Amino acid sequence: MPDLTAAASAETAPSDAILEARGLFKTLGGNRVLDSVDLSIGRGRVKVLIGPSGAGKSTLLQCLNFLMPPDSGHILLEGREVDKRSKKELCAFRQQVGMIFQDFNLFDHLSALENVRVALIKVKGLSKLEATERAVAELARVGLKDKATLYPANLSGGQKQRVAIARALAMDPKVMLLDEPTSALDPELIGEVLAVIRDLAQGGMTMIMATHQISFSASLADEFLFMDKGRVVEHGSPAELLGRGSSSRTQAFCAKISELTGEAGDGAAGECRL
Amino acid sequence: MDFSVAFNAARDALPYMLGGVVWTAGLIIGAMLLGLALGVPLSVLQVYGPKPVRRAVSLYVWLFRGIPILVQLYIFYFGILSWLSTLPGLTSLGLDSPFVAAVLVLGLTSSAYQSQIFRGAIQSLPPGQLKAARALGMTDAQAIRTIILPQALRLSIPAWSNEYSILLKDSALAFTIGVVEIMARMRAIASTTHEPVSMAFLAGIIFFVLTWVGVKALALLENKVRIAGYTRQGAA
Ligand SMILES: Nc1ncnc2c1ncn2[C@@H]1O[C@H](COP(=O)(O)OP(=O)(O)O)[C@@H](O)[C@H]1O
Ligand SMILES: [Mg+2]
Repeated sequence: MPDLTAAASAETAPSDAILEARGLFKTLGGNRVLDSVDLSIGRGRVKVLIGPSGAGKSTLLQCLNFLMPPDSGHILLEGREVDKRSKKELCAFRQQVGMIFQDFNLFDHLSALENVRVALIKVKGLSKLEATERAVAELARVGLKDKATLYPANLSGGQKQRVAIARALAMDPKVMLLDEPTSALDPELIGEVLAVIRDLAQGGMTMIMATHQISFSASLADEFLFMDKGRVVEHGSPAELLGRGSSSRTQAFCAKISELTGEAGDGAAGECRL
Repeated sequence: MDFSVAFNAARDALPYMLGGVVWTAGLIIGAMLLGLALGVPLSVLQVYGPKPVRRAVSLYVWLFRGIPILVQLYIFYFGILSWLSTLPGLTSLGLDSPFVAAVLVLGLTSSAYQSQIFRGAIQSLPPGQLKAARALGMTDAQAIRTIILPQALRLSIPAWSNEYSILLKDSALAFTIGVVEIMARMRAIASTTHEPVSMAFLAGIIFFVLTWVGVKALALLENKVRIAGYTRQGAA
């Protein structure tokens, strides 16, 4: 079995993909949650996962950095297969893959600054001084320099998510995985987080993001991946999938959620039918 | 009962009784620390360990919670420790002292209870934080040390202070194997002065003060390590 793996990764090694997943399967509680998912993202690209709740978007994102180990399949970072059995390799790999969660997952006992700093010290081995400097810079980048001393309990949802983004960015990830980064936010706080994500994309960050913010992501994404029942059932540029006259499932899904969220009212649905 | 006779007897006995505080304090500090040193890793193993390890921990916990302290004192003092201290190389360690036996029994029992306090605290933390720590490249050991335990231990202080007051009372059983703590002194001096009631009152007051001091100290500690807005649910 191991030599098969080696052969497979040697075969297609030269590719400009930063992160690549091949043939991911995952079964949870008897349900096939990921069913042969392939994915490959090039440097500076933005891919957006959309699809109904339960489609497997979170599972896919968590399999991509082995927070959930896939039952089978391969993950490659810059053409090199990640050996999930080696703890050391796994930790090194995860440092290069930033992850943003729907419910922030800040460390509640640490201030905003300490949240950003802790892995720099513990994982990257920076001195406290270096780590602090870097953490302050990252907090400034997401507009939270003046909140550095506050604890998560005293931050708004939008601020918490921006701290989480700063915390991930501090590790200098090569790619970021974002799992519905604005879904837990009150509507008036969504904008500040989307603005940070837009800055990241424009700065050339490679990102894979699950979201229901269709019109926002249509303006950023190079590709939409529409997932349903553990499979990527459609993929293509936002224009292809949402364009006039498209009869894609993506289109139908987007129309439905923009109806539900009332996006239609402020003209966003127009963007949804590019 | 002549109140002034009783009072004078208690006053005269006070220095001798207070001498017992050193032993009692030694017992509970030793037992709390031993219980902490074992209870923390036990709780971590019970939450994150593989199944056989979790089983073994839970057996340990049942054993020490299930066997009365008095029985354990006899088993350890007259049995295990007196046997161990006859082994070559161990004779000079003083393992056959009643104090060592009492600290060991109280500490092991407390570790069983403390492990359950910490386990509950660990399990009450939102699970996403461990994921976030792993996603940053921390090993599980790093995540547990820097993210999980600092929060779990903070949350454990109220229950810990309860454990302290229980230990304090359990420590009075150490007189049965000859530790000259407060209870042992109360019995000794009651029989020489024939003032058992006033000696019992005196011992009661000393135990009460020790409880009060310890619980207050832990409340101060809790306050000192408190984090803005931090509650059992974390920042919801
Ligand atoms: N721990 C689990 N045990 C069993 N089923 C699970 C578990 N976690 C997720 N699932 C199922 O996996 C499917 C995909 O979930 P998820 O990846 O969270 O979807 P999405 O993020 O697209 O909403 C859902 O049907 C969900 O019920
Ligand atoms: Mg999800």
